[in-house]
Amino acid sequence: MKRKLANLYLILIFIILYAPIIFLIVYSFSEGETMTNFHGFTWSHYHTLFTDPRMLAIVANTLLVALLSSLIATLVGTLGALGINRTTKRVTREALLTMNNVLMVSPDVIIGASFLIFFTMLGIPLGFGSVLMSHIAFEIPIVVLMVLPRLREMSSSMLDAAQDLGATTRQLLSRVVIPFISPGIFAGFFMALTYSLDDFAVTFFVTGNGFSTLSVEIYSRARQGINLEINALSGVMFLFSLLLVGGYYWIQQASHRHKQRKRGVTS
Amino acid sequence: MTKRRTWLYFIPYGLWLALFVIAPVALIIYQSFFDLGHHFTLGNYSAYFQSATYLKMTLNSVWYAFLITLFTGLISYPTAYFLHGLKHRQLWLLLVILPTWINILLKAYAFIGIFSQAGLANQFLSFIGIGPQQILFTNASFIFVATYIQIPFMILPIFNALDDLNPAFINASQDLGASGWQTFTKVVFPLTLPGVKAGVQAVFIPSLSLFMLTRLIGGNKVITLGTAIEEHFLTTMNWGMGSTIGVVLIIAMVVVMLLTGDQKPKGGTPR
Repeated sequence: MKRKLANLYLILIFIILYAPIIFLIVYSFSEGETMTNFHGFTWSHYHTLFTDPRMLAIVANTLLVALLSSLIATLVGTLGALGINRTTKRVTREALLTMNNVLMVSPDVIIGASFLIFFTMLGIPLGFGSVLMSHIAFEIPIVVLMVLPRLREMSSSMLDAAQDLGATTRQLLSRVVIPFISPGIFAGFFMALTYSLDDFAVTFFVTGNGFSTLSVEIYSRARQGINLEINALSGVMFLFSLLLVGGYYWIQQASHRHKQRKRGVTS
Repeated sequence: MTKRRTWLYFIPYGLWLALFVIAPVALIIYQSFFDLGHHFTLGNYSAYFQSATYLKMTLNSVWYAFLITLFTGLISYPTAYFLHGLKHRQLWLLLVILPTWINILLKAYAFIGIFSQAGLANQFLSFIGIGPQQILFTNASFIFVATYIQIPFMILPIFNALDDLNPAFINASQDLGASGWQTFTKVVFPLTLPGVKAGVQAVFIPSLSLFMLTRLIGGNKVITLGTAIEEHFLTTMNWGMGSTIGVVLIIAMVVVMLLTGDQKPKGGTPR
């Protein structure tokens, strides 16, 4: 009986969690102009979406910013994690980690507003450059947080062995350290990617007039009311997030299997 | 020589810390001491603390964030608890996290449709005989949508805390004759409190700054700290006052962090 009530509760929560998303996607196939009463099946909103040059340009912008910023953030974040891992003093490490997490806990509005002041003071024009830099900035801490645990797991005897066998610092990094922490790096990259695609508030502050990403575009269109082209867009984005989640899950599973296999060998 | 060279790798990260972490926080504090004419002034702070409108707005914002956090917690704790008892719990957890990967604006937009005059919610209300109501652009709809968006961020840390809980404690409590309810209130809940605290951190602070929801769903009736900051920065261009409210928000954030203890964030997407 208790079990049944619990399951009922869970079913209800899952319905609430997914209903709005399903609702959006269902109406992307509806003829007519509003999200009330389904008017019959059509692909026309997807057709409008894929022949809307402004929207396609914005999608391209969004993907470009997301990929480029995640790549750079992954690079900088990984180097940062290596640096933090090398610190020997506990105080320094704690201080670095605290500073690292400042952008993780700050509200988006504060990040956006402070970056806007920053760019304006330096005279950096608002647009692609400022959006890209902001995205890199708020993605770096999550990469660090994903890479650090892997670095901690790495045994020092492995590094000593490599050094004893005559590996240079560069070889040590490229042949031993990087391969070992690569699952963390990939996870960091994926998280950075989703952060970038998800972000609205920070981009909204630093985007200026000429440049727009999907979130900002959705915001301005949603303020004007219902437009089923946005529904079609959400259908596409849902598929895309499913692929991303799938990719992320696959990497996690792969690294898990890798670990288990290694354990199987040693024991 | 090699030692010094390896530190070169640290330069990009160090630059990031200086330019994008320390500098912006310093700048927002600096900016809060300047008025519209770029003169140094304490006027923003005195205006803020003497204005009933600003103080009321701040209290309102904190109150709404409190309500959102409370509802999110009340809904999420049982969910995490029941979820943790399932067989394929990791898979179910993934399904809880999945909606957070959908852009927050698309979810808000969905609710514009659901809550509209002839939308799904009103059709349901008519069906059960209450008749259509004005749902969109009310405070209740704002709280509902904000709670909806925050639920996964509360479930995740509570679920992790339940995962960390040693089942031996529960067995011991049952062996010692505690009822199911006693086991829950005296053992399970206190031991998973860190998860609840982490969840409160992940929900309360963002709830103070959800300006897009107040615009799209709340119809500008609810003004949060975030809405006020956005208004001052992007509409009225009064950056000094905007920064002052920003400093207030930062202080509120630090207070929440201190109250909820120094919990390490546990996995998941905090946004």
